Amino acid sequence: MSTPNKYSRRIFLQRAGLASIAVAGGTSALAGCASGGGGEEDVVSGGGAEQTSANPFGVDAVDPLSVVIFNGGYGDEYAKFHESLYQDQFSDAEISHEAITDIRQQMQPLFNAGSPPDVLDNAGAEAMPISTLADTGQLTDLTQLFDADAIGQDGTPIRDTLNPVAIESAEYAGKPMVLNYALQVYGLWYDRALFDQKGWEPAETWEDFLALCEEIKGAGMAPMAHQGKYPYYIQQVLMDLAVKHGGPEVAYAIDSLEPDAWKHESMKMAAEALLEIKSKGYMLEGTEGLDHIQSQTQWNEHKAAFIPCGSWLENEQKKIAPAGFETTIAPTPLLDGAALPFDCTRVEAAEAFVVPAKAANQAGGLEYLRMMLSKEGAAEFTKLTAAPTIVDGATEGLDLTPGAASAIALIDSGGEDNWNYYYAIWYSPMDPKVQSAVGELAAGRITADEFCDQAQAAADETADDPTTQKRTRP
Amino acid sequence: MQHGRYPFIVGFLVLPLTVYAIFVISPFAQAFHYSLTDWTGVAPEFGYVGMTNFENLMSDSLFLTALRNNAVLLVGLPIVTVLLSLFFAFLLNVGGSSGSAGVKGIRGNGFYKLAFFLPQVLSVPVIAVIWSVIMDPTPSGLANSVLGWLGLGSAGWLSDPALALLCVLWVLVWGSVGFYLVLFNAAMSAIPRDIFEAALIDGAGRFTTFVKVTMPLLWDTIQTSWVYLAILALDVYALVAVMTAGPGGPDNSTQVISLQIAQNGFQFGRAGYASAMGVVLFFITLVIAVVMLRITRRERIEY
Repeated sequence: MSTPNKYSRRIFLQRAGLASIAVAGGTSALAGCASGGGGEEDVVSGGGAEQTSANPFGVDAVDPLSVVIFNGGYGDEYAKFHESLYQDQFSDAEISHEAITDIRQQMQPLFNAGSPPDVLDNAGAEAMPISTLADTGQLTDLTQLFDADAIGQDGTPIRDTLNPVAIESAEYAGKPMVLNYALQVYGLWYDRALFDQKGWEPAETWEDFLALCEEIKGAGMAPMAHQGKYPYYIQQVLMDLAVKHGGPEVAYAIDSLEPDAWKHESMKMAAEALLEIKSKGYMLEGTEGLDHIQSQTQWNEHKAAFIPCGSWLENEQKKIAPAGFETTIAPTPLLDGAALPFDCTRVEAAEAFVVPAKAANQAGGLEYLRMMLSKEGAAEFTKLTAAPTIVDGATEGLDLTPGAASAIALIDSGGEDNWNYYYAIWYSPMDPKVQSAVGELAAGRITADEFCDQAQAAADETADDPTTQKRTRP
Repeated sequence: MQHGRYPFIVGFLVLPLTVYAIFVISPFAQAFHYSLTDWTGVAPEFGYVGMTNFENLMSDSLFLTALRNNAVLLVGLPIVTVLLSLFFAFLLNVGGSSGSAGVKGIRGNGFYKLAFFLPQVLSVPVIAVIWSVIMDPTPSGLANSVLGWLGLGSAGWLSDPALALLCVLWVLVWGSVGFYLVLFNAAMSAIPRDIFEAALIDGAGRFTTFVKVTMPLLWDTIQTSWVYLAILALDVYALVAVMTAGPGGPDNSTQVISLQIAQNGFQFGRAGYASAMGVVLFFITLVIAVVMLRITRRERIEY
């Protein structure tokens, strides 16, 4: 839910009406100097006690632990459970729990002053730029966490109990820095009950998909809606079409800012496919200008059959979806000659938990994350939020809603073929430029070639910027 | 009594000046300072980069697009708002049927004033949300329903790059007219009735009265309004952030400087660069305010 809320919570951005120039320097005028002072420290703080297998970081129970949680779509109930786990083991520890939405406004001064919390859930629209935090040495190296024994798993190190995307997404400059806790699955969502009633079935090939769209359109419904105000959503379809056609190398090249990565044949085909949906009138009219709430509501009202989104959708629409609506995910169809199978998709690890490098109790922070990664901690998260976590097998035996069950089934069926991209997080200034181009493409205002050129221009600009920290994938 | 004067004045000024220094002067000074650095905004460390940020600004296509859009608003907003509010204020004051009672306002004067002023009590995000709903781009949207009923088809409004900035401009105007109407209305009420009546007796029509009598007598007020509106046009952050696609879209057609400042400073971890944009905006605002006051300066008419 970090991602959709990123958009709805944008609304909070304007709250101050931010007088233009005050924006630049005024954030922490009270501190006298916005950037504060503070030195560097390499030793893990806290950890005064003896390191044992039950307490691998040597947490001293007298040290207090401060936890800051993003109170977004996932709420903060799960964190209270994780804190209770911590309290059970360290009964003397004083735990401070804070659930907020304006992470940046509240945390930025603390980071600048060198007094951040011990655990921070850096998510939502007001999240701090994570790659900047990692690159400026503000985060604790999580290697020792991943090497530590997983709780209740007979000496298996934590890294072997996690979905590979967790390890991959944690890395900045070769070191794991960020624990992205929740798994988010992207695809095309539909109402299973409606499809059963009409005798429709999500299509596996592009040809069948177009035929299905024609049939749906004939039934007086728009085949597809999207959250056009934020092209991010329809971009998931574009990327999935391209990567499933060309293989994960397409995403690797894009993330590595390789020349002509966006001009890959598969990307062009995917862009053509998107244009085809638009030009054949399969998009809900006016969907380009709808935000996520408006478009998803239209979809809940059966004005459109499919909508692209991540696995938070069901929870987000809980109050709007009519009774009997069975939110279900379908993988995007395959273009001709696809390299990857149908039943895989983009799976992303999100909800970035970090232990700040200048935290007073880093050992406690690491131990807290270790408890989150226990099967017990992860299962409780899924129970409370209906979202799967990066912990393998933690959802077994849980009673799941149709949306969550179908998303988890897709994670399992995709397995090694599931893929992900990172450029939007790694190079944040590039992201809105590509999104803007995707918006123009989805509205049918530019051609596939123009889209590839515009996206490539944004990538080249990023590659040429000397101040941007470059990263590569295999 | 002279000897007690300074402590007396200082006593009154010290608190407001301290508050002003802390909350206004200090952030401004810091913005100038950080504009010369590569500060990320999230780590206490930074280095000095001289004028690099300003040089990069000149080749930043998004910033230049934002500058251009701000320029459009800068021209459009004051002209449309001032003309509309002047027109309505004039109607409210002297638009009534000129019978034997002489010059008077239109009937229901008070109601109109209230109706026009209403947007002023709504916060900007509320206005933005209201208009986003009205300008819903689906055929069942409010504005599109009206168009459809008139047989004019439907428009994309904020989702159409050719229309989006005009939609933003319109909402800005809608939100501002009420305030300036009341302002002009008050200024007009201060003009002695007999001047209008004299003009009427001399055979001046409504239009002539407006151009030859009302406008010159209101010039000071208009001038001030013009500067305020220009400054408003250079900000518009809240409206654009809530209403537009992206925000700033589609196709960056509603990209404005304040949005670029917020994105660079907060989302991209480029606080130094954003500060440089803030400094540029500061000077643009300053220059525009001075120029506006200069070129619109006229001889003051006493009455």
